[in-house]
Amino acid sequence: MTDQEVKPEDEIETTGHEWDGIKEYNNPLPRWWLNIFYITIVWSIGYWVFMPAIPYWAPGGWTYTEGIRELSQRNKVAGQIAEVTAERAAHRDEVANLSLSQIRDSEELYQIALAGGASSFRDNCAGCHGSGAQGFTGFPNLNDDDWIWGGKLSDIEFTIRHGIRWEDDPDTRYNEMPRYLADEFISREEVYQVTEYVLSLSGLDHDAEEAEKGKTIFANECATCHADDGAGMQEMGAPNLTDSIWLYGSDREDVFETIAYARNGVMPAWQNRLDEGTIKELALYVHSLGGGEE
Amino acid sequence: MDARVGHVPEGQDTELHVDAAPVNKEHAQPLYADREKVYPKLVSGKFRSAKWIIMAVTLGIYYLTPWIRWDRGPMAPDQAVLVDFPGRRFYFFFIEIWPQEVYFITGLLILAAVSLFLVTSIAGRVWCGYTCPQTVWTDLFIYIERMIEGDRNKRMRLDRAPWSASKIAKKATKHFIWLVIAVATGGAWVFYFADAPTLARELIAFESQPIVYLSIGLFTFTTYMLGGIAREQVCTYMCPWPRIQGAMFDENTFAVAYKEDRGEPRGAHKKGASWEGRGDCIDCNQCVAACPVGIDIRDGLQLECIQCALCIDACDTIMDRVGRPRGLIGYDSLQNQQARTTGSGARTKVVRPRTIIYSTVLVVVGAIMLIALLLRAETEVNVIADRNPLFVLLSNGDIRNGYTVKILNKGDAATDFEVSIRGLTGASLARGQTRNESNLVLSVPADTLESGKFFVQLPSAEFQRLTSEEKTLQFDIVITDTASKSEVVESVSFKGPVS
Repeated sequence: MTDQEVKPEDEIETTGHEWDGIKEYNNPLPRWWLNIFYITIVWSIGYWVFMPAIPYWAPGGWTYTEGIRELSQRNKVAGQIAEVTAERAAHRDEVANLSLSQIRDSEELYQIALAGGASSFRDNCAGCHGSGAQGFTGFPNLNDDDWIWGGKLSDIEFTIRHGIRWEDDPDTRYNEMPRYLADEFISREEVYQVTEYVLSLSGLDHDAEEAEKGKTIFANECATCHADDGAGMQEMGAPNLTDSIWLYGSDREDVFETIAYARNGVMPAWQNRLDEGTIKELALYVHSLGGGEE
Repeated sequence: MDARVGHVPEGQDTELHVDAAPVNKEHAQPLYADREKVYPKLVSGKFRSAKWIIMAVTLGIYYLTPWIRWDRGPMAPDQAVLVDFPGRRFYFFFIEIWPQEVYFITGLLILAAVSLFLVTSIAGRVWCGYTCPQTVWTDLFIYIERMIEGDRNKRMRLDRAPWSASKIAKKATKHFIWLVIAVATGGAWVFYFADAPTLARELIAFESQPIVYLSIGLFTFTTYMLGGIAREQVCTYMCPWPRIQGAMFDENTFAVAYKEDRGEPRGAHKKGASWEGRGDCIDCNQCVAACPVGIDIRDGLQLECIQCALCIDACDTIMDRVGRPRGLIGYDSLQNQQARTTGSGARTKVVRPRTIIYSTVLVVVGAIMLIALLLRAETEVNVIADRNPLFVLLSNGDIRNGYTVKILNKGDAATDFEVSIRGLTGASLARGQTRNESNLVLSVPADTLESGKFFVQLPSAEFQRLTSEEKTLQFDIVITDTASKSEVVESVSFKGPVS
């Protein structure tokens, strides 16, 4: 055992409290601790002067002392954004001024545009088309090789610029499929027959007898836009009905509904919302996803 | 009573005796007492000489290492030891470590720790006594102090003396030199993190980043405070190692110790008097005066003792003078002490379970690191399958999966890697997001990570056939170094619609 010393009673007082016979010495605070405490007090005064610190009410609402360094996280972020924008300015100008194929020919510029396009896509397009451009029912998947209005770079750029059925844009891509049943162009039975015929076009499960009847109706009513063989026409925005890709679903009910009531989805025109460079970057990015046509 | 005033034993040969008392003697320190300053006396002897050499070598390593050049070719820095944070690399002579290989540093730390355990269990606080930066810099600072203010007695007298011009001049000179050393210490530190000659030029021209000056300032402050002002208090109060290493000590550990069986009963000795019936310790207090942590080694093993061995030199000098054999204070183990008192003749065991375990761990970790270093691949490949969308249905019914292939070329030459697929019948491979889609070769410059997008397309019929046999389709993406023909094979899965 160690030799234990007894603290002399007369040097340090107890706190005067007693709990079940336990008393506590009123020992002084360690000096190093106390010194650091004083330093923090001095420090805080400097902090009030230099940094944003004290909230106060002024006519117009609550505000705060900004500090003589005018340093705040908000200013810092603004400064960093300005810095990055300045850094990118050269590339942005280049992308904005060159044509799409010129950008694509320069491997370096192309990769920069793709990176920019990917991030702009997530900001602006992912809401409808999905973060992976995978699409949803009614919103096309941009990864595949099926294009309603064309999959060349220039087609994609035009679509982004002017949108689809976007009334504020005079150049917007526009067509309107008739509501065959709702507007009574054909009878309900005839819609059934056309439905079977459309299903037969891409080899889906169908009633051959009904489909045969529907063939004539298709030739009269639908072939103008969707072509005689049902392969569609990109110039008119008429989808290919012979392939495996269905924007609104390939179930019998889905196809029936499309013919009976039409769909006519809308995409906004982006030319007044995004700058020139961003639109080009987006066109290149969408084109690069795997289905772009030459 | 002034703790420093020791007793002069009756009849002591005053020429040998030094007026010293251990300021850190057990129980001499009440909880709120001020620190008693320690004035270590200069000794000479083999340990002191060894410590001068170690000081020169360790300081030399610290100050000069950043200036060693090492040619790595035009694309990499030519500094032998460099922690390149902006470039995310650590260079150590022929080794270049990437951030994902930080486990090499972990291994190095494990090696360092276990070596420390081993050495401590054999010979006590060798690290503390000879090589710890705290010890080395404190020793250097005391050397400066001694050079300017004189040895122990002069320094004590100077501190007690009233302020005068000469006292101010001495103190100011001392602190100025201390600060210069401290600045140089901080200055050397920053060279490990940037190209030393460039940084040195920038530093002098005041063109460096504020963080550089801040680092130097911080190191100046800590060096000056810890080495000059705080000294032994760092070892006694701040450092956790003295507490931890108690676990490595046992009766077979050699440590700086006073051989009580030979020294006691101690007492003053007159020249020519007989040594019969008494110990060899003449109670001259030279060991106390030499001690930089202010203890009396004759009180036995103590927490404060950093085992710097300076008391051995002090005692040996006296033993020579009085004509007794050296080694009254020396490296000794408890086992030896016990053996001498009981006469059992048992020897201290250096090879014992503790040291065997430490050595085994050391060898195993060292071997693992060496093997890892030798087998370290120059090429690292990662294949990341697209997660969104998992697969794409094409207009003709084919299924397409996208993969990002990332190739890390750690070599020092640009290399072409050809990407191919294996084990998925009927599938075709194409490159995405580039002008040239038939180009399946990814060129990766030296020391670079390059990535490429690849599409694997499987005909609808083939997909139906394969999934009817197996639920998940696995296949290999093969990356072939076109020059050496070596392959890296990554197994990935092919996703499609669930039927």
